[in-house]
Amino acid sequence: MNKERLVLVGNGMAGMRTIEELLKLEPDLYEITVFGAEPHPNYNRILLSPVLSGEKTIDEIILNSRDWYAEHGITLHTGDPVEHIDRRKRLVRSRSGLEVPYDRLILATGSNPFIIPVPGADLPGVLGYRDIADVEAMIETARGFKRAIVIGGGLLGLEAAYGLQQQGMEVTVVHLLDTLMERQLDKPAAALLKASLEKRGLTFLMEAQTAAIQGRDRVESVRFADGSEIATDLVVMAVGIRPNMALAQSAGIHCERGIVVDDTMLTYDARIYAIGECVQHRGHCYGLVAPLFEQAKVCANHLAKLGYGRYQGSVTSTKLKVTGIDLFSAGQYQGGDGCEEILFQDPGAGIYKKLVIRENRLAGAVLYGDTIDGAWFFQLMREGTDISEIREDLLFGQAHLGDSGHGGQTQAALMTDAMQVCDCNGVCKGEIVKAITSKGLFTLEDVKLHTKAAASCGSCTGLVEQILASTLGSDYSTPEAKPICTCTDYSHDQVRAAIREQHLTSLSDCFEKLDWRRPDGCHVCRPALNYYLISTWPTEALDDSQSRFVNERVHANIQKDGTYSVIPRIFGGETSPAQLRAIAEAAEKYAVRSVKITGGQRIDLLGLTKEQLPHIWKDLTDAGFVSGHAYGKSMRTVKTCVGSQWCRFGVQDSTKMGIELEELTWGSWTPHKFKLAVSGCPRNCAEATCKDIGVVCVDSGYEISVAGAAGMDVRETEFLCKVTTEAEVMEVIAAFTQLYRENARYLHRIYKWVARVGLDWCRAQVEDPANRRALYDRFMLSQGVYQTDPWAELAATPADWAPIADLTLRAAE
Amino acid sequence: MTAFLDIAALDDIPRQGARVVKTMIGCIAVFRTAEDQLFALEDRCPHKGGPLSEGIVHGTSVTCPLHAWVFDMNTGQAQGADEGAVQTYPVRLEAGRVLLDVTRLARRSAA
Ligand code: SRM
Ligand SMILES: Cc1cc2nc3c(=O)[nH]c(=O)nc-3n(C[C@H](O)[C@H](O)[C@H](O)COP(=O)(O)OP(=O)(O)OC[C@H]3O[C@@H](n4cnc5c(N)ncnc54)[C@H](O)[C@@H]3O)c2cc1C
Ligand code: SF4
Ligand code: FES
Repeated sequence: MNKERLVLVGNGMAGMRTIEELLKLEPDLYEITVFGAEPHPNYNRILLSPVLSGEKTIDEIILNSRDWYAEHGITLHTGDPVEHIDRRKRLVRSRSGLEVPYDRLILATGSNPFIIPVPGADLPGVLGYRDIADVEAMIETARGFKRAIVIGGGLLGLEAAYGLQQQGMEVTVVHLLDTLMERQLDKPAAALLKASLEKRGLTFLMEAQTAAIQGRDRVESVRFADGSEIATDLVVMAVGIRPNMALAQSAGIHCERGIVVDDTMLTYDARIYAIGECVQHRGHCYGLVAPLFEQAKVCANHLAKLGYGRYQGSVTSTKLKVTGIDLFSAGQYQGGDGCEEILFQDPGAGIYKKLVIRENRLAGAVLYGDTIDGAWFFQLMREGTDISEIREDLLFGQAHLGDSGHGGQTQAALMTDAMQVCDCNGVCKGEIVKAITSKGLFTLEDVKLHTKAAASCGSCTGLVEQILASTLGSDYSTPEAKPICTCTDYSHDQVRAAIREQHLTSLSDCFEKLDWRRPDGCHVCRPALNYYLISTWPTEALDDSQSRFVNERVHANIQKDGTYSVIPRIFGGETSPAQLRAIAEAAEKYAVRSVKITGGQRIDLLGLTKEQLPHIWKDLTDAGFVSGHAYGKSMRTVKTCVGSQWCRFGVQDSTKMGIELEELTWGSWTPHKFKLAVSGCPRNCAEATCKDIGVVCVDSGYEISVAGAAGMDVRETEFLCKVTTEAEVMEVIAAFTQLYRENARYLHRIYKWVARVGLDWCRAQVEDPANRRALYDRFMLSQGVYQTDPWAELAATPADWAPIADLTLRAAE
Repeated sequence: MTAFLDIAALDDIPRQGARVVKTMIGCIAVFRTAEDQLFALEDRCPHKGGPLSEGIVHGTSVTCPLHAWVFDMNTGQAQGADEGAVQTYPVRLEAGRVLLDVTRLARRSAA
């Protein structure tokens, strides 16, 4: 028997979700053909922003690989848009001329970015933000150009701006109104958001109307209605989307703002369904995935000939996907007639919450800074729960309700089975629990695969993990998306937590207790584990030199020809004739091949053989030098300028402070190398504002800033705090370093780690005096063990590094 | 024909480490695994000549210190996506002594 033919136009999120839902219900009913205008298989459009910001790759956001289509017997035509629908003959024709007949047709053509029709809008360098091609063009532009303007301060515009900035561009966001994200946020929340984006380096131009885009061969500047201009190399328009209904219109299907559908997702032609952003349902067009996925379920239900699903519209909620910013909004957040508002504000902590209540029901919510209860509020809203009983405590969140007895329980444990966990995919807690118990799931990946929870924007990942944990029992810990390496399913964070909680003090403990797949790990996990062990248990764990990379094992830098370089420490970059003489003598005695001043204010002796190392170290340590750790995941250098000792502008003694900081921190092992600098005044000759930690002296004290970089990434430090005494500088920096040591993943520089945890969190940790002191004390405890000079030790008891046998002599006999 | 030569005591080589033997045809790295298995490999990575003796030893593999190619010490083959191999040489443990087969070394040096 011939199968019915189903054709899908639009290989995007809504259309393919419909196919997936259909296959779940009726895998064999149709012969399916899919047309996509883009050259890619179906991917997760939501995650384009993390691709743009470099946090994800394109491969990671593919939803259905080409193999998947093949396995399910689906014919896929990519890069070939459908250009014509012949409704009488019931066939579609594609650009390449392919004609495919259908019994049923789904239109899921999505939407197009709206390009403001100003002069110059068609110049090269003007982009929308919609698909992989746009993202690739932006990344490409960021390689060769510096300045970008994003027009539109909504969700999409801000994500684009953040991503471009992460790609190294200087970004200005231009917005027509005086508040950002006005469709999701009220003014106070928008102001908080704007301030924290400004702190991250974005520039805003508010209430500006774009008049023209100018340039000869490509965009060069943007002119505004008031006559002002800004020079730029790239313009991204993110001012809104328009349902893509041209194809439907040309086929004579009834459209208004979008393709009009009924509650079964059927258009005015009973053989043609439409779904996704291209449709208009009960007067609404949606631009988020959650409603589209609900539509997909209904559409699949009818395609499978079950015939009972009805789509009745959706309430939507919003989250912004900018790393480190927590923002949630849903429903009628603006309030209005007949509404009451409950407000909570803590500007110091950057927290703002507003709940809008109408007739004892939650009608809207805006949360900034603390969004943990977003899912719960959203639930109350959609279910129309009467909240008069819990009204007083509502703002403090679910965990606060009936406080006695609930302490210590997780958010997930408090949820009822009917509560929605994943808003994108509409998955409830009950479905997840059922999948875990009935299918025997153990990992987050499995849950994603079987239920789709956490598989779209990922912001419910934490909740899903909690549900896994509470369903499987207490000794369960979730393998996160990224295990350290193929020896294990555990992530860096999980391994470190296990080392701390289970008091593991050796590599063999870790391998055994954490079920490592290979008996002695590999070159990826062993150095990480060794670091986590010695940084967590400095006085107990034994440092395993065989698990260190050659440079840290040999305490010198290996060169491309297998020789080594030796860099003695020159504290704060200040040296003396005696030191220089000692270095010169050693250089001559061992005939080093090159003597080079490094970028770190000290001297590199290059071209030594391994056997020579202990000998030159002996000479250098006799002259008072210690190792410069130029090879280590450790403190490298403290760069200084001459400061108030000599400089006519200097306001504090930056050289002395640099020396003291170096004396404080040298020898400490860290997740990755870290570098400090101290400048004697804001002229900043020591380049302190691109270091991992920098101090700039000012009249009234010291400004400490962190998370700079000047290697593969170049970025300015962010202000941590200002203090007035030298002693405070020492304590803050030791405490911050310890915070980094205890929390960052192995091989993350400070700037990467701060991007993950947020500077506000770091600041809170070191600002609290008791906590700062405790961090400082733990740092000093570790220094008590590790601030020893490895060169002196190895020179005193030389390891045998010469060849064990020399057969050249024998062969000569 | 084989000719095993006593070159060192097992304990001269650190566990999960290596020592080098100088020969006419270049250095040979003699590795000792965590389980006290011995392997002898040419000490020159086929990629850019990195000294494998300085690599991290895991299981019966070693990772080159310069650009992290991984070699199976049983066969000398590069693993994963990388292509290339290093010469391996027979080596034996007898009564706590490390014996290296020097025939190939001699033959090649004679040639
Ligand atoms: C010796 C020195 C170059 C020089 O002659 O001036 C140097 C040499 C090396 N650098 Fe560097 N870096 C040196 C200053 C810098 C600086 C400038 C500075 O410190 O002021 C930077 C930019 C700032 C920074 O740290 O990001 C720098 C950014 C890097 C990076 C990129 C790090 C990043 O995450 O972006 C690497 C690669 C890495 O660490 O993964 C690197 C790695 C290396 C290594 C260790 C490569 C390696 O793994 O073998 C080089 C060793 C060369 C050798 O054969 O000995 N080196 N390197 C400098 C030593 C300074 C010192 O006294 O300790
Ligand atoms: C950068 C970005 C971030 C986003 N972030 C979020 C978020 O955090 N949360 C959220 O809920 N939503 C987010 N969205 C919105 C979400 O991605 C969309 O709502 C969703 O993708 C719409 O699905 P769709 O299938 O209707 O359209 P699409 O996914 O756009 O799919 C339509 C497809 O049809 C193709 N097509 C069009 N015409 C034809 C034709 N004639 N023939 C063949 N193929 C054709 C198009 O090329 C496209 O591939 C984001 C969107 C973007 C661009
Ligand atoms: S930073 Fe200021 S004090 Fe230091 S050298 Fe430069 S100008 Fe002088
Ligand atoms: S030299 Fe061995 S990996 Fe490059």
